[in-house]
Amino acid sequence: MSMVPEITGEGSQATLEAAAEPPHVSRKVIRGRSPWQLAWERLRTDRAAIISAATITVIVLFALLAPLIAHWLGHGSNQQFVDIGEDENGNPVPPSSTFWFGTDSSARDLFVRTIYGARISLSIGVLATLVSVAMGTVFGLAAGYLGGVADALIARLVDVMLAVPFLVIAIAVASIWRPSFWLVIFVVGVLGFTYPARIVRGQVISLKEKEFVQAARALGAGPLRIMFVDLLPNVMAQVIVYGSLLIPAAIVSEATLSYLGVGVQPPTADWGAMISDAQGYYQYGFWWYLLFPSLALLVTTLAFNILGDSIRDALDPRGGGIYK
Amino acid sequence: MSDVNPVPPDGEDILLRVENLVKYFPVKSTGFFGNREHVHAVDDVSFTVRRGETFGIVGETGCGKSTLGRSVARLHDITSGRITFDGRDISRISQRRMRPLRREIQMIFQDPIGSLNPRRRVGSIIGDPFAIHRTATGTERKRRVQELMERVGLNPEHYNRFPAEFSGGQRQRIGVARALAFQPKLIICDEPVSALDVSIQAQVINLLADLQAEFGLTYIFIAHDLSVVRHVSNNVAVMYLGKVTEIASADDLFDTPRHPYTGALLSAVPVPDPDHSDQRQQIVLVGDVPSPIVPPSGCRFHPRCPKAAPVCVTQDPELEPRLGDGPGHVAACHLPMAQGENLADFKPTIGAEERVIEPEGVLTADALPASGDGGKS
Repeated sequence: MSMVPEITGEGSQATLEAAAEPPHVSRKVIRGRSPWQLAWERLRTDRAAIISAATITVIVLFALLAPLIAHWLGHGSNQQFVDIGEDENGNPVPPSSTFWFGTDSSARDLFVRTIYGARISLSIGVLATLVSVAMGTVFGLAAGYLGGVADALIARLVDVMLAVPFLVIAIAVASIWRPSFWLVIFVVGVLGFTYPARIVRGQVISLKEKEFVQAARALGAGPLRIMFVDLLPNVMAQVIVYGSLLIPAAIVSEATLSYLGVGVQPPTADWGAMISDAQGYYQYGFWWYLLFPSLALLVTTLAFNILGDSIRDALDPRGGGIYK
Repeated sequence: MSDVNPVPPDGEDILLRVENLVKYFPVKSTGFFGNREHVHAVDDVSFTVRRGETFGIVGETGCGKSTLGRSVARLHDITSGRITFDGRDISRISQRRMRPLRREIQMIFQDPIGSLNPRRRVGSIIGDPFAIHRTATGTERKRRVQELMERVGLNPEHYNRFPAEFSGGQRQRIGVARALAFQPKLIICDEPVSALDVSIQAQVINLLADLQAEFGLTYIFIAHDLSVVRHVSNNVAVMYLGKVTEIASADDLFDTPRHPYTGALLSAVPVPDPDHSDQRQQIVLVGDVPSPIVPPSGCRFHPRCPKAAPVCVTQDPELEPRLGDGPGHVAACHLPMAQGENLADFKPTIGAEERVIEPEGVLTADALPASGDGGKS
């Protein structure tokens, strides 16, 4: 999007310079580039990254424009089409020009419900990941830099969290409080902080022996400044990589919770709940009911995973992908 | 132990006084009862630094010279001893109360790559002292940073570059600029040039000398390169296994070394003249530096010393002045070298089992004689 004017801008500057210089003199301008700029250049020449980013963009657009599309189709997400949306036995009808993905067991438009489901999946996936990453970074920085008691406490907390199965805690929490959008974010987000915390902690432990940390201490920097000004920029690359890989995991966790009925509650359209509803119908030939929500979940998580891998490659300075 | 000050004050302007400084690092606990072993990094070190001088500290890798420097800067909490800086006892004060004092004690680090945060721009790295102590913000900070960059010979236009875009010498200049921000009283240079090419070393050393003349700085100059130390230092301390073996003025130390370890170190300095180099007798020390976890008894150098005698095994020598030496010249040796003496002419007069590199301290039980005939070799 913003790449287009940038390229033309550089191009026009290059032609200006070429006009000013004799043609046989090749003047190579060496510009200093930050590590982020280098990573960005690697990323935008990675075909897998481009395709997955484009896929995610399409999914995000569908999610954002879902109310507009629903309005244009004339099908609300919870609207029941008892006249045309089910056959004479009250069963779902297959895909057609009216219902692109067919209808579900309650005679609702499956296409509209699928794109509405993307809103839930994406927002919970991103918000829960932000919670995980923010918590993991803070805990990891504290454990790694402060060491001692702080490290022991956080390490034990992480061990406990990893030892208790995710679903057990999630179902327990959901049965104590009423399941809701924010509760799912809280549960998925908090339970997901352990891996970023471990990664940040490990990085910080190796970084804090570096002389630049000693230099900051010698200048009189306090622990908070060292953690957030000196160490944080050095772990950001890892945090971003794990964050981008946590998004699909959070989407799957969210779908799992609603599949089990402890996630976002009906009638809100949600992929996990739709898959759960569809499985009783699949064996009787209503294939579309299960296929489209599953496909949406698969494509979304796959795109995020591939993009996450590409981001990891791009941020790895040994990757040198620009000159391939 | 020794309360005598190695360099008597004589009413001189003492900036830093270090007395009986000890720094042990705990290593993994061993044994059933979890007895902790310690690395004896710095063991009972005393010296004084006068205002405006350069005090050199030399020694092999691992002798504790960097730990000493960092302990003086209070980057480490010290195990025992006393550090008096500019009349104030800073040996026990908390890191929080140390913070304002950090403007007056600065450090320059060895690794020009590792000592600069790779993810931050040079302007913000050099501006760190102003940001941390909140003394300048915004354009004022930028102006002062660019002044500093200019003063140390960097192009102020490179304010927004990353450390990776500079050469080793330029990076060390960045480190110097950062240390210089508050015009500190004392700069501890921890091997500031050992990672640089020889030609660049000279530039950085000249820069440090210029800045010293301009701002009246005091340096503690830690290095393992003796010729560099001789060039820059007024006084030099030689360290071996956490202890100071000899302190003298630079010329005294190089002309009349008293400690055999100093003698051996000096004989290893490369001489640019090949003819002269051929005539010279090099003293090659046998074995490795013993473990600092269980250092040898008595004089720590005795297992490798060509002059070692029984007294060296049993008694830890004190830093003492010798007849005919310059003022302030002290050496911790029972059998100091005479002027012009050749160490290669000597054979140790201690038993072979004392000279094995593994120290006898390993045999912890007192029942076993230290030089027992048990097959410990």
